Amino acid sequence: MAAAASASVSSPGLGLALRKLFRRKVVLAGAVALVVLVLLALFAPFASPYDPSALKVLERLRGPSALHWFGTDEFGRDIFTRVVVGARYSLTIGALTVLIATVAGTLLGLCAGYFRRLDTPIMRVVDAMMAFPDILLAIALMAMLGASLFNVVLALAIVYTPRIARIVRASTLVVRELLFVEAARALGVSTARILFRHILLNTLSPILVQATFIFAYAILAEAGLSFLGVGVPPEIPTWGTMVAAGQQFADQAFWVVLYPGLAIVIAALSLQMVGDGLRDMLDPRLRKSL
Amino acid sequence: MFRYLMSRFAGMLAVMLIVAVLVFLLTRLAPGDPAALMLGDQATAEDVARLRAQYGLDQPLPLQFVYWLGEVLQGNLGQSIFLQQPVTAALAERAEPTFFLTLFSVAIASLIGIPCGVVSAVWRGRALDQAFTGVAMLGASIPSFWFGLILIQFFSVKLGWFPVAGYGDPDVPLAERLWHLVLPACVLGILNSALIIRFTRASMLDVLGEDYVRTARAMGHAERVVVLRHALRNALIPIITVIGLTAALLIGGAVVTETVFGLPGVGNLVVSAVLRRDYPVIQGALLAIAAVYVLINLLIDLLYRVADPRVRF
Repeated sequence: MAAAASASVSSPGLGLALRKLFRRKVVLAGAVALVVLVLLALFAPFASPYDPSALKVLERLRGPSALHWFGTDEFGRDIFTRVVVGARYSLTIGALTVLIATVAGTLLGLCAGYFRRLDTPIMRVVDAMMAFPDILLAIALMAMLGASLFNVVLALAIVYTPRIARIVRASTLVVRELLFVEAARALGVSTARILFRHILLNTLSPILVQATFIFAYAILAEAGLSFLGVGVPPEIPTWGTMVAAGQQFADQAFWVVLYPGLAIVIAALSLQMVGDGLRDMLDPRLRKSL
Repeated sequence: MFRYLMSRFAGMLAVMLIVAVLVFLLTRLAPGDPAALMLGDQATAEDVARLRAQYGLDQPLPLQFVYWLGEVLQGNLGQSIFLQQPVTAALAERAEPTFFLTLFSVAIASLIGIPCGVVSAVWRGRALDQAFTGVAMLGASIPSFWFGLILIQFFSVKLGWFPVAGYGDPDVPLAERLWHLVLPACVLGILNSALIIRFTRASMLDVLGEDYVRTARAMGHAERVVVLRHALRNALIPIITVIGLTAALLIGGAVVTETVFGLPGVGNLVVSAVLRRDYPVIQGALLAIAAVYVLINLLIDLLYRVADPRVRF
């Protein structure tokens, strides 16, 4: 009975939110593109009849055709297949980066915003980290960590943690002063519960919006790092390594760099469209000016 | 004013000190002994030990930091392991292309961003506004190296208008060297205009709702005069901030574009240093870039206060 009641309360709420979110066609288009990309990545082995790493030298650098939609690369591998497999790597790297950066940034931001003593030390380090351009800090971290798939995630997570921390701190500073937090404190609710139950829940919207954008930036940054040769090792087919490897054949076979790059653009663009829609929906004050 | 300046300056010093600690730790925590790295594979254990002692690498870490910081404050960023020159000299050599690239890119980004943002704000919600907003989002989604490769393919390889890569030797005329920067500046300018479009639009929308804009309209000024003379002038201050920030970020953030176009700039220096594990260069370049960023930020802040008397100290 109670479960049924709560379901009937929550599901129209969610439906309403989704309808509100997708009222803008752009946001809907972004969400559809994302779902298609994720499905392709999940079912990569079924998306194409080719083996992503089988070498067929006779078929090398063939242009796009009915057989090979996106053409073949310098080793005769089907580019469509590799772009789809690359989606697995690129999207996973982006998702893990966002996950780690969000958890770490939220914890730091909550502490900085709630405990006055921790504010200055944490925020000074955050300021210092944000004095480096994203990609440069990532490159420097990669120099220290060494090129590998996991280290790319780690480096990018470190780079984007300060952004989340700043936003969470700002919201925490506001929410901390609200009456219901004072009431909770007066009732003897534990600090941990106030932080995670009352304050965190009220800062979720800006975190969610920022996380969507960081997802997009992380995909772009991974591609940049891999392109420079300090990111993912070249034998792993991410979209970035594919463009990097194809660069020297761009003169004779432009499709080798064109399609993996387009995949990056589509992924980053659709994420930003959804992020923009979320911001519109969750923060009506912003809609007025932005 | 003086008190404000002092507190800003102190904050800046604190951030720079933490930047120095981060940069120092970044290279000291890296795997591998710098001394062994410098000497190569053939080095004996004694050689490595001697070099470690010579560079002070056998001292405790905090002591090494103090020693290093002392040198940095005297303008000595150390000696490059591979380039056979001091890091400061390597940086100075690479500064020219990066400086002009940043300048051109910011100019292009502003020339695109400000008009598009103004148009978006004036015709808010119409087709043109939506188109510009979409283009801005697209610009922020395109990887710079990929866009660079496309432009090179079309304008340099097919049409032959621009050089494919490189910058030209110091003895060729400046104009010819700058010609090499046109395409990379277009890449960075177009892709970075997104932020300026967004800010201009938001700032203009704020100002267009102000009373004095309504007054100007009521006085019968032409809409063009109201928008350009009354609104844009007042909206410019936050826009200048974004332009400054874009410039600050481009100085080190143009790494990828510099690499695609083979420009011997500061970013390129960092990438090659990372690939060769040339730690003194990585350290020095990072420190210099962060210092420029922090300084530009301070300047913007001061400018903001000078330009707008409403901002109280």
